[in-house]
Amino acid sequence: MKRPNLLVRVWRGKDDGVFQEFEVPRHASQTVLDVVTHIQRTLDPTLAYRFACRVGMCGSCAMTVNGVPRWTCRTHIDKAVKIENKLTIEPLRNLPVIRDLVTDMREFFDKWAKAKGSFEGSRTRHDDFALISSENKNRKEVNKGIECIGCAVCYSACDVVAQNPAYLGPASLNRAWTLVNDERDSKTLERLRAVAGDAGCHSCHTHMSCTEHCPKQISPTAGIAGLKRAVSRAVLKGML
Amino acid sequence: MNFRTQSLLWTAQRASAAVLGLCVVVHLATMIYAVRGGLTAAEILARTQGSAAWFAFYSIFVLAIVVHVPIGLRAVLGEWLGWRSPSRDAVLVLLAAVIGWMGMRAILGVFS
Repeated sequence: MKRPNLLVRVWRGKDDGVFQEFEVPRHASQTVLDVVTHIQRTLDPTLAYRFACRVGMCGSCAMTVNGVPRWTCRTHIDKAVKIENKLTIEPLRNLPVIRDLVTDMREFFDKWAKAKGSFEGSRTRHDDFALISSENKNRKEVNKGIECIGCAVCYSACDVVAQNPAYLGPASLNRAWTLVNDERDSKTLERLRAVAGDAGCHSCHTHMSCTEHCPKQISPTAGIAGLKRAVSRAVLKGML
Repeated sequence: MNFRTQSLLWTAQRASAAVLGLCVVVHLATMIYAVRGGLTAAEILARTQGSAAWFAFYSIFVLAIVVHVPIGLRAVLGEWLGWRSPSRDAVLVLLAAVIGWMGMRAILGVFS
């Protein structure tokens, strides 16, 4: 039996834009990204949206779907639709809108840099490989957070980001936590200094929205709690 | 305020929360016990007046509140009102002093 068309409301314009309605045919195993692509290719070619890999690796297609931040390429319509046939698609929250469904991600990635989210080792190409067992406790901690694809779903879901624009956000703090646990990295104290305080890990209220919505099932909340402990320990010991 | 102080404030708030948790349980249990036993105000005062143990317990209770409340309010004022200037911290230090004064006044009222 043919299923009725989807009634899709899509955000158009910038922060002060409006919703535009479209009717999209329903298919089996259809994703939210399929719907947006159908609109752009057959109904309105001026619709702006962002995607690349379509298989949940690149982190570029995240949007707000029926009020929930999601990776659209891996979100089936059946999962996202709560009211039969009705779908509302908006850009991610907590980021400036460039146009339609495209947000300006600069602030998000700038905060990764502020949290010292890049690896800095101490070895050169002339040194041996660092041998770290897969059973190593710190390595296991790294594994829990390393699969982040930088989609900004957590950043969009975070209430603290909404209330404190300087807050580094769950993704950058999760990244910092993976590096703090990376035994090859040589900048732990600088990183702890960068993520401490009102704009960093200590502002997290442990609402766990980031953990709830992360499409990769990462728990940034747990990493942030680890950073809080690590920073406090370092401050109390006079290392920071 | 630098990140060290902010970090220490966070630690102080968690530590004071742990103390408050214990104090509230002891306080409520004592209240319930006193009411169920049918103690009058005079009988309660007879037990608290001159009691160094109760004085010490409630002094710690007040101290924990003095530490805990202003730090929590600091985050609320920053996030809800966007008040992040140094004047916020000055007002909260004043608030801590007022809470401490009121709390100790109440304790001395039943101790002396």
